[in-house]
Amino acid sequence: MQSQATYNYKVVRQFTVMTVIWGVVGMLVGVFIAAELIWPDLNVVEWLSYGRLRPLHTNAVIFAFGGCGLFATSYYVVQRTCHTRLYAPALAAFTFWGWQLVIVLAAITLPMGYTSSKEYAELEWPIDILIALVWIAYAVVFFGTIAKRKVSHIYVANWFYGGFILAIALLHIVNNLEIPVTLFKSYSVYAGVQDAMVQWWYGHNAVGFFLTAGFLGMMYYFVPKQAGRPVYSYRLSVVHFWALIFTYMWAGPHHLHYTALPDWTQSLGMVFSLILLAPSWGGMINGIMTLSGAWHKLRDDPILKFLITALSFYGMSTFEGPMMSIKTVNALSHYTDWTIGHVHSGALGWVAMITIGSIYYLLPRLYGKNEMYSVKLISMHFWIATVGVVLYIASLWIAGVMQGLMWRATNPDGTLTYSFVESVKASYPFWTIRLAGGTLFLAGMLIMTYNMFKTMAGGKAVDAPVLAPAHA
Amino acid sequence: MGINELRSVITLVTFLVFVGIVFWAYSSRRKDEFDAAAMLPWDDDEPMTSDQSHRGATNH
Repeated sequence: MQSQATYNYKVVRQFTVMTVIWGVVGMLVGVFIAAELIWPDLNVVEWLSYGRLRPLHTNAVIFAFGGCGLFATSYYVVQRTCHTRLYAPALAAFTFWGWQLVIVLAAITLPMGYTSSKEYAELEWPIDILIALVWIAYAVVFFGTIAKRKVSHIYVANWFYGGFILAIALLHIVNNLEIPVTLFKSYSVYAGVQDAMVQWWYGHNAVGFFLTAGFLGMMYYFVPKQAGRPVYSYRLSVVHFWALIFTYMWAGPHHLHYTALPDWTQSLGMVFSLILLAPSWGGMINGIMTLSGAWHKLRDDPILKFLITALSFYGMSTFEGPMMSIKTVNALSHYTDWTIGHVHSGALGWVAMITIGSIYYLLPRLYGKNEMYSVKLISMHFWIATVGVVLYIASLWIAGVMQGLMWRATNPDGTLTYSFVESVKASYPFWTIRLAGGTLFLAGMLIMTYNMFKTMAGGKAVDAPVLAPAHA
Repeated sequence: MGINELRSVITLVTFLVFVGIVFWAYSSRRKDEFDAAAMLPWDDDEPMTSDQSHRGATNH
């Protein structure tokens, strides 16, 4: 009887393929708006204007690309480490189609100019309700699967996925409490500085739980699997999890330095952001040291290169982040392109690379192949993507620090040395390098898309059988 | 006890809970359990590999 049951790979396959597709779409929009900064004439019609496409870019890469990657990998990992088929398959199918509907609605309403104006939560109230329904269904499927597991221990990757699912439900619902005025317009129930604080409590925890905890779930399964050895320290992974849970929720105020937010709240946010360095680096070291004694595998396994490079960028951006949260540093970096560079160090270097590595691991297994259609193309993707990220973040570091220095420069009589537009003009060369870096990263995704369809074309959809655990 | 004292107490209790978790995770009694848990991703790997040779039976 046991041999007849198979894992539910259908929903994993659907989300996996859409991860790659939405990755291309989201990054294409990013490349386009990067070009708009250099050639403003590209703002030909209002629905292609920078202001409307920028939220489409962020929503597409975070929630469509990243979100589909999290759905795909969490459904795969939770089934395999719990030795049981996914709970409530109809609800799981609803999460797929519901999430795709959310993405399509975002792609229509954001260019039309419908926005609640909250960063990373721009979608209007009917879509917010749909997101909440999909997310609750996700929680039921995920925790339902954990509840019927055949092993006693819940593997650490599932703790990270579970923490991410619960925290995002809480954040999404609290931040999007709003009063609908018409079908397309609503106003937040919060006002003034409370609104700002709730928004950045949400915003930073979107980074902490969506873009970190969820992807750490990926890390704790796919890095050990691809490296062929267990995680460096399981007890460190437990402490890593709880340290992030206890600390991240407090870091949001660092987005509101030198604003109307009370000074003590800003300092509190700064201190907790600095504390975050410890669990972040603990996690990074735990992931990288998993390769301890097997470093040679890094030489000829491009999937492992993606995963380990992702961890290196995770370490870099989680060092940079606490540093930028220090008020005196923030006084220079805030509102400059340094912030955009920092975000992409995390988003392209960490989130995208760990996702890409995990998807390359998944695809052959979901389509009955031993490996991807072309391992050479994975390697090519890796190098193009890495050069792209480095160009992107290095150019925006320079641009950001330059902007910060130009904005604060004063003449002996106290007047500003530079007008704002002079700093814009000085930024063009760096924006051009950034566009080149982003284009390279997109090119890597196109190579991946080709490789994916070639892998799918030769294989059949495979659902692996549910296996009894060795020691139940 | 005012609301602010309550908040301070909650912060302190939360911190102590975290310290407790660290000691719990690193206690030697947990070692065997955690070593076994770290192997969970491989629990089914061997049968999975043998399955790959005749996966036609499980196609959907």
